[in-house]
Amino acid sequence: MRPLVPVSHRTRIGLGIAFFVLFFAVWALATLGGFVSKVFLADPITMVLNGWTLLVRFGFSYDIAMTVWRVVGGFVFAALVAVPLGIAMGAYKPVEAFFEPFVSFARYLPASAFIPLLILWAGTGETQKLLVIFLGSVFQIVLMVATSVGATRRDLVEAAYTLGSDERSVVARVLIPANAPEIAEILRLVLGWAWTYVIVAELIGSSEGIGHMIIDSQALNATGQMIFGIIVIGFIGLVSDFVFKAVNARLFPWKFA
Amino acid sequence: MSAPKLSIEGIARVFPGVGRRGQPTRAIEPTSLQVAENDFITILGPSGCGKSTLLRLVAGLDTPTSGRVVLNGRVVVRPGPDRGMVFQSYTLFPWLTVAENIAFGLRERGVPSLERRRIVDDYIERMGLAGFERHWPKQLSGGMQQRTAIARALANSPEILLLDEPFGALDNQTRALMQELLLGIWERDRKTVLFVTHDIEEAIFLASRVIVMTARPGRIKAEIRVELPHPRRYTMKTAPEFSTLKARLTEEIRAEALIALAER
Repeated sequence: MRPLVPVSHRTRIGLGIAFFVLFFAVWALATLGGFVSKVFLADPITMVLNGWTLLVRFGFSYDIAMTVWRVVGGFVFAALVAVPLGIAMGAYKPVEAFFEPFVSFARYLPASAFIPLLILWAGTGETQKLLVIFLGSVFQIVLMVATSVGATRRDLVEAAYTLGSDERSVVARVLIPANAPEIAEILRLVLGWAWTYVIVAELIGSSEGIGHMIIDSQALNATGQMIFGIIVIGFIGLVSDFVFKAVNARLFPWKFA
Repeated sequence: MSAPKLSIEGIARVFPGVGRRGQPTRAIEPTSLQVAENDFITILGPSGCGKSTLLRLVAGLDTPTSGRVVLNGRVVVRPGPDRGMVFQSYTLFPWLTVAENIAFGLRERGVPSLERRRIVDDYIERMGLAGFERHWPKQLSGGMQQRTAIARALANSPEILLLDEPFGALDNQTRALMQELLLGIWERDRKTVLFVTHDIEEAIFLASRVIVMTARPGRIKAEIRVELPHPRRYTMKTAPEFSTLKARLTEEIRAEALIALAER
């Protein structure tokens, strides 16, 4: 293999699928071959059957819908606050000097550590779940967007000034469009992290959602169901990533074409 | 001589030192220059002689430590559309098509869309960009990007056109074609142009006056009139008058390049 030499599209897809196959094969061998006890790890067939039962008999699709709604709701809320603030911080240095130290500090506060407090403040309802996602995403988005906007090519900004742009129009017509694809990438990345927060939020004080199902299954020692829950999350992540990438390519053909 | 179009009056720029021990850098010593309407001036100097700094000061992208720049009787304090600029780096807005790039300044001024369309189409035609209106900058060659950048600056109908080594990154053949294209525009529109370059041939071919700058700190060393007739064609580069000028400028610039080299 030579470094950095690209592979064909078909080889790429084939190799990507090959690893999934290998993964399931090793898993099947370990469990069905009797190397690992069923108590600790269900085999793939049991997992699929358990998943099927969950979906058709226990309304697991409702749990999935609840979890997706929480992630999307909290995340959209966070993005609505964080993207404008991040742009303002990246564009205007006094705004950055004002917020940046606090945001950098807040970024390291683990969202999951807030769950007990949030339960105290907002109860165990939807508000608390959304707030966990919000807290987990908002500071990350702010900082990453600010960094991206702050790193806009200076010569593009200068070119805009020599073409008659004023300060406001440099923000609206250069800084924002120049960084829009990067901002979309940041949102895609942080959405992935939001998924970890929602599960943690659902593990505590929840009566529906994928996380709640996983904790319920633990009481029953149903490892097949737990693994099914985890795989569902991974699958949703894969799909949302794919959708995000497709939308970005559509929205920003100048970057990805 | 009537009042000059552009007057550079005792302009100097000192960059503060970096760090506690850093020595301040004198990029430009107090320099004065008068540019008449319709003049095509090339500023020639070795790299690092402050010629780009001089252009940025005229553009208003940088502020002089002392002295001032006066354009049409008004002191320059900030960049504006009356001084169109073309940079050495490719500075087309990558998210806008060729046509949208050219229209950028027109939209900024609120020119109605029909009028905008007419001006853009005109420049697309004149710069040989027909068929590429809807391309993204990254789909264009370097020469085409710079042609679009020139069109974008000219579409604003600036008082003066400032070019900072715009063809510096192009290959020789493309560069020669671009010079002819730019000269053709100047011969037709008689714009006032300030063109920075380190290429002697380019400086002579384009200019009505060549300003030679010294090595850092930059100052004007010599000023040479180019009396070659217009319209100029590429064949002129082999004419005896051209060669005489070239020999003379080569001597001037060589001395400065040697100084610059010794300082590094």
